[in-house]
Amino acid sequence: MRRIGLPDVIGPISDRWSRLPTPARYVVYVIAIVAAFALPADSIGSFMSPQSDWSAILFYPIGVYILLAIGLNVVVGQAGLLDLGYVAFFAIGGYTMGKIGLSLKWDFWVILPCGIAAAAVAGVILGAPTLRLRGDYLAIVTLGFGEIIRITANNLNFTGGPRGLSGIPNPPSVGSFSALQFNVATTKPFYYLVLVMIILAIVLVKRLERSRVGRAWAAIREDEDAAEVMGVPTFRFKLWAFAIGACIGGAAGVLFAAQTISITPEDFPFLLSSYIVVAVVLGGSGNLAGVILGAFLVAWLPERFRGFADYRVLAFGGALVLMMIVRPEGLLPSRRRRAELAEGTGGMGSLGGGVGGAQTQAVRIEAVETDAVQTGAVESEAAP
Amino acid sequence: MTESAALLELRTVTQQFGGVTALSEVDLGVPEGAIFALIGPNGAGKTTVFNLITGVYRPTAGSLWFGGAKISGKRPHEVARVGIARTFQNIRLFDNMSALENVMVGADARHDSSVVGAALGLRRHRREERDGRERGMQLLDLVGITRVAEDTAKGLSYGDQRRLEIARALATQPRLLLLDEPAAGMNPAEKEQLGVLIRKIRDIGVTVFLIEHDMGLVMQVSDRVAVLDFGQKIADDTPSAVRTDPRVIEAYLGAPADAT
Ligand SMILES: Nc1ncnc2c1ncn2[C@@H]1O[C@H](COP(=O)(O)OP(=O)(O)OP(=O)(O)O)[C@@H](O)[C@H]1O
Ligand SMILES: [Mg+2]
Repeated sequence: MRRIGLPDVIGPISDRWSRLPTPARYVVYVIAIVAAFALPADSIGSFMSPQSDWSAILFYPIGVYILLAIGLNVVVGQAGLLDLGYVAFFAIGGYTMGKIGLSLKWDFWVILPCGIAAAAVAGVILGAPTLRLRGDYLAIVTLGFGEIIRITANNLNFTGGPRGLSGIPNPPSVGSFSALQFNVATTKPFYYLVLVMIILAIVLVKRLERSRVGRAWAAIREDEDAAEVMGVPTFRFKLWAFAIGACIGGAAGVLFAAQTISITPEDFPFLLSSYIVVAVVLGGSGNLAGVILGAFLVAWLPERFRGFADYRVLAFGGALVLMMIVRPEGLLPSRRRRAELAEGTGGMGSLGGGVGGAQTQAVRIEAVETDAVQTGAVESEAAP
Repeated sequence: MTESAALLELRTVTQQFGGVTALSEVDLGVPEGAIFALIGPNGAGKTTVFNLITGVYRPTAGSLWFGGAKISGKRPHEVARVGIARTFQNIRLFDNMSALENVMVGADARHDSSVVGAALGLRRHRREERDGRERGMQLLDLVGITRVAEDTAKGLSYGDQRRLEIARALATQPRLLLLDEPAAGMNPAEKEQLGVLIRKIRDIGVTVFLIEHDMGLVMQVSDRVAVLDFGQKIADDTPSAVRTDPRVIEAYLGAPADAT
């Protein structure tokens, strides 16, 4: 029925990858990390970014987008919850850095955990009432939340209104190492910093994925009601997904503000939320390598082809529509995700349908239970 | 089986859905250590009883008690922790997870390691992962499907999927196991094995509450049988007594008075 395409090639590769012995995999990781640290080299930059400073672009948008995509992937890819206002957490991190850095003159390293905590608290405050909503409502509420944060920042004197905050301190430089001098004239050190954060985020997310937490998220994505009956506190784990995603977004925001020195509400538009969603979906929700690739492309392509910058949104729209038609599972989908999409339980449908209140939940179980006839049960489930 | 040692009790439970009364003032007691069967024609309200027990529905009236504590009002995952597990009439596995992962989700119901513990790879987390894996394999062995442990659930044969559901439920370490038509779609040989498995489960100390249409299986394994008809309990006795109860025969054959 299906055409033979990229998935059929990538499938076996990722299967082989997961069967590689651990030492072999570590060798690949080390090579990847070394390559990532070598990335700002001029020889690479002259091709990747002939028109602008390559290592600056590596920090923003590329590095920051990747970090954001890793965070959003926890929410969208792992727990299956569609969050359209993810930029809110990025903004909260940024304003925490700006506000505390300016008023209390604290160090970047002290503000970083504050920004993460502030974003996590915001994630819980947003999630607690909304994660009981049905999926489509969740998307709308999160979208609204993203806008509320931006508009609030625009209207408060506390956050500097439309002019935002400027003169935010850079992170302190370390000794006289050129790679660790953080000021307006340096770019590479910030890239190294975001790279370290990306690596830490990957380690964190991978560990969770392989634990009971990742299993719970997968179970929620596949059949939330059955998961609940099997003892998975579904609401709590969805809230955790929100909080962890928020933490990563907050960290990215702190770092961003500490590098750009001045932030305004316009740095946190809805469009940024949608870029990150595009990065996650384009790359293959759930699969980290795919998500990173997606974020890289979303960030890099417009920089590389600056002449077409005006058509950026149009190009994204076109690319997304094209992807949904030829490759709905994303560029590098996870094996499980691919299977879910093939049978119609995953994908945008399940992104939207991830949540269920007590009422809808009861009705849904009933709906499946009562029409189940002896042997027909499996077949009737497979039908859409 | 003594009546006094009821592990699970339904006290005058009524369940309405809009105008439909699915259960009407039903009293039920499942004795500890027994294999208790609930039978009745299609639409009698049997699955509704399981949905009430597991907290999927809240009773319109009446209450449910487990081991002397009230469970009506608890959320499903809390009911699981109290020691009640179930299978579904239509199979509801986590289709794209492996058989072992499915069972490990069940085992996680007994695990306490936190998200932070998992993120940092703390010792308790690692111990619980190992425990979940080991217990998972033991349970797959108990139901006889270790050979497909690494296969995705949806790729399993129908009978194996039913067995996997039982293993996943047992992984939550229940005191009471609810089986909703476990023999549906099985061939006679598989039903035979299922009967053996159900007894084995009872013998390891798990009380079994069975909904089943296959009378052969019900009569063969049950210690006690209750009968529902149009949401009302019409019999609750030993298998042999129920078999000869005129009201039960009438319900199954469809008396003219019931035809509306
Ligand atoms: N959530 C619900 N909303 C409305 N009606 C419901 C709901 N759940 C069950 N019912 C109704 O309650 C009655 C009992 O249903 P239930 O599924 O408990 O029957 P059952 O005895 O399990 O039948 P079967 O042998 O076919 O599985 C049916 O009339 C059914 O339509
Ligand atoms: Mg039923």
